[in-house]
Amino acid sequence: MHVAEHGSVMNVTVQRGSADTPTRTETFDVPAYDNQTVLDVVSWIQQNADPTLTYRFACRVGMCGSCAMMVNGVPRWTCRTHVSKVLDGNKINIAPLRNLPVIKDLAADMDPFFDKWVAAEGKHHPTRTREEEIAPVDPQAEERQAASAGIECINCSICYSACDTVTGNPDYLGPAALQRAWTLYNDAKDADRDAILDAVSGKGGCHNCHSMGSCTAYCPNELDPLSAIAGLKRATTRRFFGRRG
Amino acid sequence: MLDMRLYMAQRLSALVMAPFVIVHIGVMIYAIQGGLTAAEILGRTQGSLFWFLFYGIFVVAVSIHAAIGLRVILFEWAGLKGVALSVISWGIGLVLFAMGANAVWAVTA
Repeated sequence: MHVAEHGSVMNVTVQRGSADTPTRTETFDVPAYDNQTVLDVVSWIQQNADPTLTYRFACRVGMCGSCAMMVNGVPRWTCRTHVSKVLDGNKINIAPLRNLPVIKDLAADMDPFFDKWVAAEGKHHPTRTREEEIAPVDPQAEERQAASAGIECINCSICYSACDTVTGNPDYLGPAALQRAWTLYNDAKDADRDAILDAVSGKGGCHNCHSMGSCTAYCPNELDPLSAIAGLKRATTRRFFGRRG
Repeated sequence: MLDMRLYMAQRLSALVMAPFVIVHIGVMIYAIQGGLTAAEILGRTQGSLFWFLFYGIFVVAVSIHAAIGLRVILFEWAGLKGVALSVISWGIGLVLFAMGANAVWAVTA
């Protein structure tokens, strides 16, 4: 592991440009500090070298899912990525998330990502009204455990950017939306499993997944969208043969 | 691009092909012991309903399976869409079927 020496300088290449201007790269010399994150580096550039640099962040502690970018070609939460882990010689390359349109510089447009959550029927279908008592949930039930395995997703779009199937097929719903559909499918409180299976069986549905597994490999929360998508494939196949999923 | 219908067609055709591939290779290994001649092959296959159905169903499964697989590659890698994608995919399937059916008929009729 590389540890920055005091007084040393890093060579940081940043992608610039927006939907209206051609993208280009700019290189900045950024002072290296101990325990520096990639978000610290981007913030240093914006505060000290070029105030017009656009990027997005909020919590800085890996909870909000706002600051994901491509770092040396790999999608990462910049707030939780130490420079010492990714420094290539003394260089770092920072770009906006892959597979999404760019708003400006390092800020990707998340609209397609969230639209696909809705398209994958990633919404609750209630079994009861507010007048009725709350349905008990058995935390030990097998289905509940399958649902619980995927609910810590914070919508950062790392998996979506890591997925080569999304790159080749812009209609593909992607790992995060499909994992959301799988958690709802396994939720005892969800009343419309058929609507979920219908939503994930179309042209952009779960059957497009090539099981390459970049989603699971790159998820910073160590979730497993690959297995969730495999679960949806099994459930839709069972339904195809007339069995309840 | 791969919806439920195409996905099932490709998976089911793979399911059909698996035992056919094993029998096909198994018979080849068995049949070439002590040399192999065209006359020997034709003696086994000509007029045989079993080998006609065996390789006939095999050819149908291959045509479906390969056409759907190549359709995905043409869409994701070559950017083909819409009518062009459908026409070329159907074309691949039909050409494979025609070539396979021709060969099956030639050795079993």
